[in-house]
Amino acid sequence: MGFLSGIGRATLVFLAATGRLALFTARGLSHCVRPPFYPRLLVQQMREIGYNSLPVVGLTALFTGMVLALQSYTGFARFNASSAIATVVVLSITRELGPVMAGLMVAGRVGAAMAAEIGTMRVTEQVDALTTLSTNPFKYLVAPRLLAGTLMLPCLVLVADIIGVFGGYVVSIYRLGFNPSAYLTSTAQYLQTIDVVSGLVKAAAFGFIIALMGCYNGYHSKGGAQGVGAATTHAVVSASIMILMINYLLTGLFFS
Amino acid sequence: MSTVSPHSDTPKIELIGVKKAFGPKKVLDGVDLSVAKGESFVIIGGSGTGKSVMLKSILGLLRPDAGTIKVDGEETTHIDGRARDRVMTKFGMLFQGGALFDSLPVWQNVAFGLIQGQGMKRSQARDIAIEKLAAVGLGPDVANLSPAELSGGMQKRVSLARAIATTPEIIFFDEPTTGLDPIMADVINDLIVKCVRDLGATALTITHDMASARKISDRIGMLYQGKLIWQGPTSAIDDSGNAYVDQFIHGRAEGPIQMQVKLG
Ligand SMILES: Nc1ncnc2c1ncn2[C@@H]1O[C@H](COP(=O)(O)OP(=O)(O)OP(=O)(O)O)[C@@H](O)[C@H]1O
Ligand SMILES: [Mg+2]
Repeated sequence: MGFLSGIGRATLVFLAATGRLALFTARGLSHCVRPPFYPRLLVQQMREIGYNSLPVVGLTALFTGMVLALQSYTGFARFNASSAIATVVVLSITRELGPVMAGLMVAGRVGAAMAAEIGTMRVTEQVDALTTLSTNPFKYLVAPRLLAGTLMLPCLVLVADIIGVFGGYVVSIYRLGFNPSAYLTSTAQYLQTIDVVSGLVKAAAFGFIIALMGCYNGYHSKGGAQGVGAATTHAVVSASIMILMINYLLTGLFFS
Repeated sequence: MSTVSPHSDTPKIELIGVKKAFGPKKVLDGVDLSVAKGESFVIIGGSGTGKSVMLKSILGLLRPDAGTIKVDGEETTHIDGRARDRVMTKFGMLFQGGALFDSLPVWQNVAFGLIQGQGMKRSQARDIAIEKLAAVGLGPDVANLSPAELSGGMQKRVSLARAIATTPEIIFFDEPTTGLDPIMADVINDLIVKCVRDLGATALTITHDMASARKISDRIGMLYQGKLIWQGPTSAIDDSGNAYVDQFIHGRAEGPIQMQVKLG
């Protein structure tokens, strides 16, 4: 009996949490489209999420592309299929690794910062202060972050795609001794628009999730520094897991 | 008890049987209060008796479990959205902890309600902010500092300047003089009196500082165990005939209010 009621209670808690998140999402989205808007804050967030994440995302993409070329070479050489490396690199990067790697890195960098900032504002009553100054915290804090996350992640991923392919190119040419023009030809040969577009759509979804989890956990944090710490952890962990889940779902949608 | 309102018959703020509990803990247990337009009401009471919770309930930051809250005769207990926004424009609030936005410089904190709430031009709002900072004894040199660079008392004063910057009709002060030196505390008292007298604002102040309470209030009420156990004109506080009030205003450890402490 205790076991069953335990399951029941856990289910109820889970449903309540899901409902709260759904409500939060709906509220956040509705404030994205209703004035007043805060363009200054939107630009600030876009700079923070997009521009300031460039080094991290760029480095990640570079090394991912490099390691992809190296790994596929050692694997494919066994089947005399090493000419397929360029295709493997470009497809893996644009379809999967670009968006997922960028998403995870940005979740760690930006999602954590959002949760910490909004969480601190919550526990020091700055969120309440916003309300008393006739400013809706959803409009002022949540909406710019959701918009900036959704807009900037695709831009980041586009850059990551280019850098990742470049990383593969560098390793293939200078380490594995491929012919540059042949490599570039086979890079372009099998690449289709859908490969890049699906990656960018994924990126937009990831950006939204990262900002949503950062804002949601920050907004609902309580109890001082410890609460803010917990909110930050939750924001990063839940965003990362959701990114991997949604990645699977979207891949299924695009390529099945 | 004299509740003759100086300006109009509808109370500016009215609480009827307001209750609020956090889990099993009853914080407000049926608070009744009526503050007239242009009146300055001070709430006194021990630490943790729910004074801040009461203010936040009136502001709509916390939702009471039972009872009614009216502002200008309009029931605001359960309103949301646009209606809530409209009521909120009447309020100014000094939070107990300051609650300054640490991502913005001091002047933008003070001008926040003007710029974001009222859509005023930044340059004009900045001038008003500098003016309000001067009113709380802070020079223009602090305007560009970040709140984290100020002392606790200075932060409190910036917070006060922010609360009055939009010249709200109703101002809530949660411990305005705590953490200030006696002279600055008196400057702040004068400022609060000025807001009420000159600008016709209605003020609801929480304080532990009895000198300040006497100076700024028209009426005083004491919160104890979730209820306003006494309220009356400031002049009547010394002979309230209430043992709790007597003990509180004289700061005696012995009396009907038992502190939950063990000595020795
Ligand atoms: N958000 C909250 N969640 C749970 N309990 C709370 C919350 N806010 C306040 N309380 C509890 O309500 C009680 C009253 O708190 P409140 O802040 O109103 O006290 P106060 O009268 O303002 O005291 P002080 O003079 O020390 O500021 C406290 O016991 C506090 O623990
Ligand atoms: Mg308090």
